[in-house]
Amino acid sequence: MKTIDQEKDLLIGLAANDTQAIETIYRENFTAIKAFIIKNNGYPDDARDVFQEAMIILFDKAKSSSFNLTCQLQTYLYSICRRLWLKKLQKENRFNPSVETIQEIVTVEDDMEIHQKKNHDFLLMETALQKIGEPCKSLLEAFYIEKKSMPEIAESFGYTNADNAKTQKYKCLVRLKKIFFAQYKN
Amino acid sequence: MDENLLLDAIERYRNGQMDDEEKLFFEELRKNNAEIDQLAAEHTFFLSELEKMAGQKAFTHNLNEVESKLINEGFISGANGKRKARVIYLWNRYRRTITVAAAIAGVISFGTATTISQYSESKKVNVITPLVDNKLNQFEHKLNQIEHKLNDATVAATKPKFEANFRATGFLLDGSGYIITNAHVVQNAKNLIVENKKGDQFYANPIYSNTVTDLAILKITDTSFKKVSGLPYTFPKTSAELAEPIFTLGYPREEVVYGEGYLSAKSGYYGDTTSYQISISVNPGNSGGPVIDKNGEVIGIISSKETNADGVVFAIKSKNIYNALKEIKKDKDISIKLPTANTLKDLDRVKQIKKLEDFVFKVKGN
Repeated sequence: MKTIDQEKDLLIGLAANDTQAIETIYRENFTAIKAFIIKNNGYPDDARDVFQEAMIILFDKAKSSSFNLTCQLQTYLYSICRRLWLKKLQKENRFNPSVETIQEIVTVEDDMEIHQKKNHDFLLMETALQKIGEPCKSLLEAFYIEKKSMPEIAESFGYTNADNAKTQKYKCLVRLKKIFFAQYKN
Repeated sequence: MDENLLLDAIERYRNGQMDDEEKLFFEELRKNNAEIDQLAAEHTFFLSELEKMAGQKAFTHNLNEVESKLINEGFISGANGKRKARVIYLWNRYRRTITVAAAIAGVISFGTATTISQYSESKKVNVITPLVDNKLNQFEHKLNQIEHKLNDATVAATKPKFEANFRATGFLLDGSGYIITNAHVVQNAKNLIVENKKGDQFYANPIYSNTVTDLAILKITDTSFKKVSGLPYTFPKTSAELAEPIFTLGYPREEVVYGEGYLSAKSGYYGDTTSYQISISVNPGNSGGPVIDKNGEVIGIISSKETNADGVVFAIKSKNIYNALKEIKKDKDISIKLPTANTLKDLDRVKQIKKLEDFVFKVKGN
């Protein structure tokens, strides 16, 4: 059993996208989740999908400033996975006897809701990025996501100078925002 | 005020790049101008959304890497564990309602029903062009020879002279040196070599060739070949969907060439259910190249194109590979292990190609 401090360190590592922390969490929790899902009409591949999604939820939670885990990490992950799996079973109308629970669970409904909203927003952003096309997409990704400097970008995209690249970047950004917000406000 | 300037100011404010005086001025401006304040709030929100998305993308990438590592270690069962799981699944599903015997009978019939109907080879002959490049032209040839001489000099390995008269593509199925390509590529060849991106050449022998499915598997026989690991792609057993975007890497030229397109039909020439029709631009030399979907799964192998139509290309479905491997296991008792971990998922295309190109080979012969 891990101490509270150890779990805190794990979560700090997770928030920093540290592969070692991810691996530790996998090693300590995946087997139980897989057992639960196979017991409840799932394949091992389902367990992989569900666990990944749960890890993303945990990652978001670990990153938020207000984060405070009120139960054991194991319990939290298990509760999230259980909720995700129930939802999937319902959605696919699979034969669903009452889902067997082999562990205590905590309420995760709020986190699930936030996650869903987030997924939705990400999808909007992705589609908006697809829609603006090249070179806009790469240009914006280079600056805002890969955090490259303007002179660097100017060189790799073939703009005569950083100022030109910057003007182009803002043009692209305005288009991206327009597409994003047009859908977001609906 | 120029909108770009304003956006620039918002970003600098957000990143803490303003000095105190400018900061004060900007805050004042926001307070006194509702419109600017609104724009600033909106822009800050938008940027945080964009960054959050980037953060999550980076995280899913790491997740996949860790998962792959654990699959390779056997801690998580990969695609190979699926059959066992199906039994467990059926067991759980039926034990309450139907007798177990019935469920197990179901599994057996499922197992035997996977033999796929094959279309006769004769239909493929006239209107379809196999995509082997038989006209390695003189100039290219000379270049090759020079290149090889240079390679030989630096690598110190003494490669025998090899005069290839055709070229196609193949890719690794198993890091210990098993390469898949088309049967029509190798069927009349006396000697075969495969060449990686760096130009290292290795002799290879066909250990399997099936002219009906048009698949052939080569084994690299050269001792200079070192076992490679980390094959980044996987092979789905299920069918791909119509309109799925796909891409390929191949050797229609001496240099590796990228091409992209989409899946246009779930069956091939004359309704051949063992292949797909895809729309992609390919040329002689592309034969045997992998057809890969956006998640890095190899859904097929390029084999031929319709001579009289543009962009009508046929690719053999990946599930035929599984049958080929079964036959090899049965006839020759060689176990070829397909990769189970996919490390291409959630990468952008450029990075996917970087990871891929080491595993796609030129197949040459005479």
